[in-house]
Amino acid sequence: MSALDTATVGIVEPVVPLIAPTKPQRSALDAESQEWLRSLRLEDTREEAIARLHALLLRAARFEVARRRPALPHLRGNDLDDIATEAADDALMSVLRRLDDFRGASRFTTWVYKFALLEASSKLRKRAWQGREVPLEPEGWGTFSSTSLEPDAELEQSELLITLQNAIAEVLTPHQRSVLVALALNGVPIDVLAERLNTNRGALYKTLHDARRKLRKHLDERGLALDNWLEER
Amino acid sequence: MIEGPHLKQAVRRLLGPAEPEVGCDACFEELDRYVELELAGEDADAAVPGLRAHLDGCPACREEHDSLHAFVAGDQQR
Repeated sequence: MSALDTATVGIVEPVVPLIAPTKPQRSALDAESQEWLRSLRLEDTREEAIARLHALLLRAARFEVARRRPALPHLRGNDLDDIATEAADDALMSVLRRLDDFRGASRFTTWVYKFALLEASSKLRKRAWQGREVPLEPEGWGTFSSTSLEPDAELEQSELLITLQNAIAEVLTPHQRSVLVALALNGVPIDVLAERLNTNRGALYKTLHDARRKLRKHLDERGLALDNWLEER
Repeated sequence: MIEGPHLKQAVRRLLGPAEPEVGCDACFEELDRYVELELAGEDADAAVPGLRAHLDGCPACREEHDSLHAFVAGDQQR
């Protein structure tokens, strides 16, 4: 089970990589990383090392909470500190469970920080959406407008938008449409949607990716190449 | 009403990156290596193909990348 899975709830779909990730050669561990692994594995030093590790994870989780605090005005300081502590506790469990997976591709501390930051950011996204309905339908299909564009561009882009809206309605499966609309149009965070749909983040992103590929293919077949237009700021 | 630059942002979010990309799990696996390469001024994109495109297409992974980058950068200065 990956850390991403544990940061969501339940796993019902297989996770398929979109392209195969590269596997670096196992690196020679730096002295500090070796010391961490040794002290976490030896019975005599394990308890003290776990306490030090938890302190590191808590510092990273508090950093993430502080970064997001302006976007969470309804949460009080105690709530935020509880979230940071829970994130550090969960990250500690993930790190200890996956200790043998550490390949030395980075320093040990960088590797463990990502678990704490993932747990903290995922918990904060979920807290921000707690009690809110997750919209799976377009919240304003008619709201796309090209009225601020030059007349020629306006005509071309109106065609593009109509084709895009039709493609979303007709080319995608209902599940692909719901996932695309929720994530890409309505701004629902992927881990929030994963929890509501009882799936995991990797599987949802695969669905989003497949939906996007279908839309691009549909537009390409109609001669609507978008990437140059999208690259213009 | 979604207009002008917001329209492009909305279409970008709908269509995602044009380039091949890794998924969320592979992104998480490689994120620590990628961030250290970035902070060392090395070519992280060449070392971890498809990760940059994924960060362009996945706001949650982008947030976690930005957090790790900022935190490790601060940690190195301590």
